[in-house]
This record gives sequence, C-alpha cells and structure tokens, in this order.
Amino acid sequence: MSIESRSPPPQLAFRLKRALGGRAGWGGFALQIVFVVVLIWIGYEIIANARANLETQHITSGFGFLKNTAGFDVSQSLIPYSGSDPYTRVFLVGLLNTLLVSVIGIVFATVIGFIVALCRLSPNWLLSRIGGAYVEGVRNVPVLFQILFWYLAVLAALPGPRQSISLFGSFFLSNRGLIIPRPVADPGLLPFALAVLVAIIASLLLRHHARRQLFEKGRSIAIWPYVAGMLIGLPLLAALVFGVPVTFEFPELKGFNFAGGSRVIPEFVALTVALSTYTAAFIAEIVRAGIMSVHKGQMEAGLSLGLSRGSVLRLIVVPQAMRVILPPLTNQYLNLTKNSSLAVAIGYPDLVSVFAGTTLSQTGQAIEIIAITMGVYLAISLVTSALMSFYGWRISRSLGA
Amino acid sequence: MKRVSLVFSLALAASLSAQTAHAQTLKTVKDRGMLSCGVSQGLPGFSSPDDKGNWTGIDVDICRAIAAAIFDDPSKIKFVPLSAKDRFTALQSGEIDVLSRNTTWTLSRDTSLGANFTGVTYYDGQGFLVKKSLKVNSALELNSASVCVQTGTTTEQNLADYFKGNNMKYEVIAFASADETVKAYESGRCDVFTSDVSQLYAERLKLSNPTDHVVLPEVISKEPLGPMVRHGDDQWFDIVKWVLYGMVDAEEMGVSQKNVDEMAKSDKPDLKRAFGTDGNLGEQLGLTKDWFYRIIKAVGNYGESFDRNVGAGSKLQIARGLNQLWNKGGIQYAPPIR
Repeated sequence: MSIESRSPPPQLAFRLKRALGGRAGWGGFALQIVFVVVLIWIGYEIIANARANLETQHITSGFGFLKNTAGFDVSQSLIPYSGSDPYTRVFLVGLLNTLLVSVIGIVFATVIGFIVALCRLSPNWLLSRIGGAYVEGVRNVPVLFQILFWYLAVLAALPGPRQSISLFGSFFLSNRGLIIPRPVADPGLLPFALAVLVAIIASLLLRHHARRQLFEKGRSIAIWPYVAGMLIGLPLLAALVFGVPVTFEFPELKGFNFAGGSRVIPEFVALTVALSTYTAAFIAEIVRAGIMSVHKGQMEAGLSLGLSRGSVLRLIVVPQAMRVILPPLTNQYLNLTKNSSLAVAIGYPDLVSVFAGTTLSQTGQAIEIIAITMGVYLAISLVTSALMSFYGWRISRSLGA
Repeated sequence: MKRVSLVFSLALAASLSAQTAHAQTLKTVKDRGMLSCGVSQGLPGFSSPDDKGNWTGIDVDICRAIAAAIFDDPSKIKFVPLSAKDRFTALQSGEIDVLSRNTTWTLSRDTSLGANFTGVTYYDGQGFLVKKSLKVNSALELNSASVCVQTGTTTEQNLADYFKGNNMKYEVIAFASADETVKAYESGRCDVFTSDVSQLYAERLKLSNPTDHVVLPEVISKEPLGPMVRHGDDQWFDIVKWVLYGMVDAEEMGVSQKNVDEMAKSDKPDLKRAFGTDGNLGEQLGLTKDWFYRIIKAVGNYGESFDRNVGAGSKLQIARGLNQLWNKGGIQYAPPIR
C-alpha cells in the first residue's frame, strides 16, 4: 500500500479571485470594473468639456507655455538660472528650493523633536518643564505667524550691509543674509575627495569587523581611535601631497551689497527655523508617546543585564518605540513639506512662489499650473511616505527576527 | 494665498466644465441685484476700504459708475478684494463681473486670458522708491541693489529687462502681497521698492516716515491700467467701456457732479444726446436713457474722480500728467457720445 502524494488545490485562481473581487468573487470584480470605467468616463467628460469651453472663450490652454522664456529673476537658485531660461527651468528652480527647505527642515525638526521629547521624559524637573513649555508654546501658535515672526524679528534685529557684523573679517551677517567665503575647487580636490571616500569605506569595514567579533567571540574592540585617525589623517596626507583642495573667495563690500562669496538668504533661514521648530513640537509628542508605549519592564530588564541607561534606550527602547513613532512621524514630514508653501509670504522663491505665483500670473494658465503644482506635492508626499514605509518594514523585520 | 488661488482654479474648472451658453452678464447682474467688482486688497487712491468698510478709489469709482448706470444706486456692489495673481482666475470663473484693479493692459493679457480690456483709467509707468539716505539720484546707480517686488505683476519682467539692458546686477525678492513687500522694504531687506509710480506714492504713505523716501525720476515702462471683462459678451463690454468714456466726455463737456442737474436741462445738442433728452443712446447700450446723468450724479466726471482719489484733493498729490485730457496736454481721450 503506497501513499499517493496529493497535489495541492489550485490556489492561484482562488487567490486572484479573492484579491480582485474580495469576498464577492467574480461578480464583485465585474462591478469594480464598471465603477472604474464610469469614473474614467466622468473624468474624460470634465476635461473635454473644460477644453471645449476654454477654446470658445479664447483662453489659451495646453502646456506649450512651458517652453516660453520666463523673463524674470529669482533670488536663490541651486542650479544656474537667468531670466532668459524657459519656464521649465523656473519650475525646476522652485522645486529644488522647496525640496531644499523640506529636507533641511525635516532633519532639524527630527533632531530637535527627539531632544525635546527626551527632555520631557527626563526625571530632571527643570528639563521636563522646559520641554513641556516648548511643546505647548510652539504648537499652539499658527505656523504662518511663526514664519513672519522669525522673518521680521530676525530682519529687524540685523544691521544693513554697510554696518554688517563681521566674524574674522570673512563672515558677514546683515539683513541681506549670512555671507560666507565661497569655496573654489583646486586641482587638489579630487585626491582629497578620494581620500575621504577611502577613509569612510575603511571605517565601515572596521565597524563591521568589530561587530562580528562582538557577536561571535564576545570581544569588544574600541574602534574610534582608528576611525578618527583615518578620517583626519588620510585627507590631510592627500592635501599635503597634492596641494590644497579648495581656496576661498572672500566677500567684499561693493556698492549696496557684497560681491563674491556665497550667501544664505534670510528668507531661507527664517523659513527653515520656523518650520523645523514648529514641526519639532509635534514630533516631540509623537516620540514621547512612542517611548512611553514601551513597557517599563524592558528598561528594567536591560538595566539588570548591566547595560547603561543610554545603551538601553538606544538598543532596546527606541527600536521598539519606532514602530509606534513612524506612521505619525511620516505625517509630520508631509506636513512640513506642504507647509513650506507658506514661503511666498516672506518672499522665499519656492515652487508655489515662482511657479504657481509669478509664472501663473505671467501666463494666466491657472488650470495647468495648479494641476502641475498639486501633482508635484502629491508626488513628493508619496515618495516620502514610501521611504518611511520601507524604513518601517525594515524595523519590523529586524524586530521580528 | 495658495488656498485662495486653488479655490478659484477649482471654481474655474467647475464653471468651465458646466457652462455652455454665453454669459448674459447684464441680465445676471440685474437678476442678482448687485454688481460683483474685483478690486485690490487695499491700494490707497485706486481701491481701498476705510475704517467703516466703504471702498473708495479711482478703480472703485468705475464700478460705482457701472452700478449707478444699471441700478441708479452706486452702493449696489459687492467688492471682491483680489491678490495680483488671483485676479484673472476670478474673472474667468465668473466670480466677478468686472475686474477694476489697477491692471496693466498688455498684448498677452488681452489675448490669452479670455478677457478684454475696456479702456485706460490711468496711464502709469514703473518706477523705483529708495531711501533718501542712500543718496541715489538715478535708477542707473542701482547696480547690485536688492529689489523688493510684488509677485504676480508685470513688474518682475520689466525689472529684469531694465537691469539686463543696462548691464546691472541685482537681487529680486518677490512677495505675495503689497503689504509684505513694503514691510520688507522698510525693514531694510531691500534697497529699492519697485512698482507702478502711482502705487509707489500710495505705499509711501504707509511708511512710518514718508518724507525719508523718494521716487526716482526714471519711469522704465508703460503701464496703462484699465478694467477688464470676459470675452464673449459684447453688450457688457460696451457698457463698461462707455461708462469710462462717459466720465471722460463729461469732464471735456464741463459736466460735473455739482452742475449736472443744471446741465441736464441744457439746450446744447451734444448735452441733450448725452443726457438722453434727445435720442435713445442709453437704450442702445442696454441701459436707460438717463445713464449718463446717473453716472455723473453718483461719482462725478473723470477729473473729479481723479482729484478726489489720487490728485490734488487727495493725500497722494499725484499730478494729472499723462492723465490730463487730450486738449489740455494729456492723452485721456474718449470717443464722442453720439
């Protein structure tokens, strides 16, 4: 008597049916298709009708305007830009400015938020009250007022360019912004950059090796002296052999403003400071909630194993708290990015200001430009949230392992 | 600001996808019992509300005159304050019936927005406001200056053209509203505030010490400002156009708010035609025979409106200049009422 191996039931079709039709099966699937078709038809009707009406009213439509010359200038641009470039370039300049303020704002907001949360959780009475006051004070004032406050308060306090505050004769602080020496590349730059890269890779390898030793043989190696030596020593050596990597162009007062040097415009500073401090107040509460959601037994267990308080926080509590923190943290990152569109109030040239503002009024093509701008913010938000989901997936995987 | 333009864009998209027939603006206005007039967010002399919420200004007078011609009541108006960049969308979407908001007449605006300019209420030009303490006497000395400007205007392009044409460098900081622009200029963020000259005079009044600031002599552009209406309704276009012409012609014929009752009884043939005691010119416009009388009775002639709002009788003290009548050395000229 032999045991026949039974073939598994045909699961693929069953699963497909479940995925597409839900519990209702193929009938539900058909209903969904009809629904999507109706939606597409309605959307098409709206667009076709709007286009026909735009034509009868002689309102220009379409995206041809993007190739036209912009003809206006922008105060801050990460890529070379002049007034004779087309609107596509303006779009790119605005988008990069938005991304710049968002990325830097997110970094600062996260750092400040974590610090404030740890202050609030601290057993130290003064620290926890300062943390509490910060959160309550900052999150209850509308962000637009905070932006205007930083902009007008900062500006009002700073002197004009001719009386600017000078640091070491090469940094100048005035109401035109912070002017710093501009680094100019020299032939020594390439070997210098390579040396830095080699040092970083070697440090990472060393860290990997040290961890292996720790996990497999229980030996703890202090790697920081080697890392520091490599990170400082190698580039220094490269600079000595191949010559200095960069020289600096120093700013000089000419006429109204400084000539030469790089400049951080006050609009950028005000916007970044306002957005990161505002969002940090929310992040602090999220982080506090996350850490408090980890059972205190975890902390006690860690301490009883002989780990220091810092190590317990870093290795045991925060990784578990991250699962709770991540989804609302993503929300705050998205809020910060979207709030950056308030830049137009203080004259920072972000996407809304240069594209949905100046470009819109010069071309008058409101529907196209607003649609593009909304699409861009949607795309930024989706990418941010995808990155955060990926990070969350990695954390839950490592916790599950 | 963003939310407002978003609302208008959505309204525009919705109205464009819904409306099919041409708008009968005059009928719509009559049915509503009120004229919807797009104005600025507060520009003294052109359109600004006082502390009681009453709007005054030369742009406001155009709307009051239209309301007077239709309803015989210059107060039947809903004023819609608009930022520079929202104004055209508000007109296209039907939110307002007429845009009377110091708007420069250019070819691209006349052709691509689905709207028409009906005339010129004020001949303006772009200029520069600087602090006297800078000791600058000409715009050509402004190399490497920081310039504050309001976004959504023709100003930004003129500025770029002028500095490029004269090989000068500059930094532009563009703000969403005039108030923020002036605040930044006053705080010292910029050396220069640029806008239409009339606006410079008006905004200078808002500064804490107006006499410390001076408007430079250079006028770098032509900025003919006028009202706009939507394409596709010629009757409405004619009405808005002839309300302004009526005010200019009244000044030329010596008809003013004070003497309008006397003049209405005059035997002079041109006056009889205008006042509708002879012929039915008003009815040809779709209005009543006494449209001219109503306008002048309510807001006065062009010269009176100018003096009261921006000229000698106002705080702005702007000289008539180009806006003087054609037979007195200016270029304000209206076709005859006949």
